[in-house]
Amino acid sequence: MAITAEKKGQKGRVPMPEQEPKVRARNFLEVPTGYTVKMAQEEAARCLQCKKPGCVAGCPVGVDIPGFIELIAQGDMTGAIRNLWSKNALPAVCGRVCPQEVQCEGKCIVGKKGEPVAIGNLERFCADYERENGSGELPPKASPTGKKVAVVGSGPSGLTVAGDLIVKGHDVTIYEAFHKPGGVLVYGIPEFRLPKAIVAQEVNFLARLGVSIQCNAVVGRTVSLDELFEEGYDAIYVGVGAGLPRFMNIPGENLVGILSANEYLTRANLMKAYKYPEVDTPIPIGKNVVVLGAGNVAMDSARTAMRLGAESVKIVYRRSREEMPARKAEIHHAEEEGIELFLLTNPTRYLGNDRGRLTGMECLRMELGEPDDSGRRRPVAVKGSEFELACDLCIVAVGSGANPLLTSETPDMQLNRWGNVVANPRTGKTTKKGVWAGGDIVTGAATVILAMGAGRDAADSMHDYLTLGW
Amino acid sequence: MFTIVKREEMAEGTIILNEIEAPLIAKKAKPGQFVILKANEEGERIPLTMADTNPEMGTITIVYMVVGKSTAIFRDLQVGDSYQDVIGPLGKPTHLEKVGKVVCVGGGTGVAVLHPITRGLKQVGNEVICIIGARNKGLLILEEQMHTASHDLRVCTDDGSYGHHGFVTEVLKEVLQSGDIRLVVAIGPVPMMKAVSNLTKEYNVATMVSLNPIMVDGTGMCGGCRVTVGGETKFACVDGPEFDGHQVDYDELILRLRAYQEDERKSHEHYCNIRDAVKS
Ligand SMILES: Cc1cc2nc3c(=O)[nH]c(=O)nc-3n(C[C@H](O)[C@H](O)[C@H](O)COP(=O)(O)OP(=O)(O)OC[C@H]3O[C@@H](n4cnc5c(N)ncnc54)[C@H](O)[C@@H]3O)c2cc1C
Ligand code: FES
Repeated sequence: MAITAEKKGQKGRVPMPEQEPKVRARNFLEVPTGYTVKMAQEEAARCLQCKKPGCVAGCPVGVDIPGFIELIAQGDMTGAIRNLWSKNALPAVCGRVCPQEVQCEGKCIVGKKGEPVAIGNLERFCADYERENGSGELPPKASPTGKKVAVVGSGPSGLTVAGDLIVKGHDVTIYEAFHKPGGVLVYGIPEFRLPKAIVAQEVNFLARLGVSIQCNAVVGRTVSLDELFEEGYDAIYVGVGAGLPRFMNIPGENLVGILSANEYLTRANLMKAYKYPEVDTPIPIGKNVVVLGAGNVAMDSARTAMRLGAESVKIVYRRSREEMPARKAEIHHAEEEGIELFLLTNPTRYLGNDRGRLTGMECLRMELGEPDDSGRRRPVAVKGSEFELACDLCIVAVGSGANPLLTSETPDMQLNRWGNVVANPRTGKTTKKGVWAGGDIVTGAATVILAMGAGRDAADSMHDYLTLGW
Repeated sequence: MFTIVKREEMAEGTIILNEIEAPLIAKKAKPGQFVILKANEEGERIPLTMADTNPEMGTITIVYMVVGKSTAIFRDLQVGDSYQDVIGPLGKPTHLEKVGKVVCVGGGTGVAVLHPITRGLKQVGNEVICIIGARNKGLLILEEQMHTASHDLRVCTDDGSYGHHGFVTEVLKEVLQSGDIRLVVAIGPVPMMKAVSNLTKEYNVATMVSLNPIMVDGTGMCGGCRVTVGGETKFACVDGPEFDGHQVDYDELILRLRAYQEDERKSHEHYCNIRDAVKS
């Protein structure tokens, strides 16, 4: 046993082929191009099939990781995808965007000595293989229960609820404010990281199962939750995401050339402005671009700006590399593409010209002091360290709060002091009868997998309610 | 799909009216609210304040001026054609309250937006004086309707081809001097709203304006529509579109509205070239 483990562990991880940094930094095609069957099986063979797998414990939705990897190793790709689907409705998405290094792969025993098993890559392989080679057969549906469910928001959380409840025999309608379903997966995460065709296929899968999708429906404006109940819905899931951009609140922020990451990425992704003028929505093209923040949203913005032809793109972040919240792979890819990191730097005001356009910003150097509430060392300004950074485009990616559009129209649904919906962490039940909530609107901006997990738990609870009562 | 059931050209073809089937929006919309329209797959999301709604028929009416590529595409849509997407009603409705004597001032397509608000203010029992203006007689819109919606209609043209020769602010000044005005509502080009607000400030008369910054989602999610009001940043799509005219930073708004001017010119040319190539 020990010998096998040693041998298996020693072999390095099978790298996933990628586009060359210089090439990809100017196109919108996906960066890693995927495993072949041979590569996948070779990588799958590195798994030790632990009796008490740490990876499963590290997965927020408890995917049977050794199980699906074993099936890949055996060449049973259909078995592998079925296994994945039983816990994760969106493996093609999660394989690409989950922060594996702090979840499953972070707990992998192989990773203690060398590189952990590439669980994310294998998950992605499985889903891609099924999409390209699978029968596309729909899962069996329970007989109709006669109950109607409305799902508000079509992000990963809402899509999961819709998928789970339709196969349980309920009638499901998704209400989405935008003109296209998918939530952050379509408007936020760029094409080069998550091709939109994949999201469209997941949505199409739900439509084929019989989920009705109503776009252009802003719940709270076009229709309220109570009106949905009046229309005959028996239960409602609220998965509206964290759609309120935060700004720095420093002087000059309304100059032309300063955009929230939400706006910048929505223009680029949902509106496809990178094809302008073939499409009608414009996007500002920066020569010298600064992105404020260091999460996934910041990396996506920076890499988009590079692809749109920027000469320089700088990430300005007030803490150090250690604290950067983005996935390791994104930071690595960004740096490879020529994006510079200005760490321990904080802007204090924006500078503009007489036409109201951004020309630069004034920044301060920071140093790390005592730990703050989040346990991270608090950045403290270094006196007299002011300097100017020239830029003509600034993308503010310093986080998102809870958008009050729907919640302010629903006074009987309790919120916490940050405006997030209060929901039972196990079931997703809110304080309003017949209404569940989950995903970013409950947790604040988090991850795809957590939003999906919350959707799954809520769907179970909603099913109980629809068949047994509140 | 959101089908056009009626289409009218006004102001020598520079301004177009569309009545569009949108039953859910028609049922909910109130004066002062707006919709976002997208003509087709490649289209841009364009916000327009509704000029009218008909809940029984399930239709809404929009009036727009052809200024760029997107509105040029809108212009090509005929009765029976559809907008791919119409989203709404968005923004806060106008607060319609009886205050006494009010003046409604409109310019350009703003007159269309002003119409349901004027009618509403009259319905709740105000005495409504209305002042509308355009560059010349041919460009004036909805005179008849504004006449019915108000108690007293004054018309101005910049070139004197009809009504008072001059700007709406000149007529407004006379009306303000006659005293007792409790509220002014001004909707139109930003410089007009700015001029009206500067004037009413002198007379200390409460003033409401409706702003039209660049928008994307219209739901408070992008912040593209930020405006400075009373020194604070507001999102016009959810905090407005109506604001206290005395508090608005108009100069900033004018600069922000020009953000894509250069791109839009190129894009419009691109569209016209393609269209002409297809035609010939
Ligand atoms: C640029 C970017 C990159 C990211 N990268 C990663 C990553 O690499 N890995 C990761 O795990 N996570 C990532 N995240 C976070 C992740 O995308 C979110 O945590 C996740 O999408 C939340 O899912 P959700 O279903 O709660 O909400 P969302 O995906 O936000 O979907 C909510 C949907 O509800 C709609 N909606 C909002 N209000 C209304 C209303 N009133 N009526 C009707 N519909 C409404 C919205 O239009 C939207 O479509 C990223 C986020 C962004 C913005
Ligand atoms: S238009 Fe996006 S926040 Fe107002």
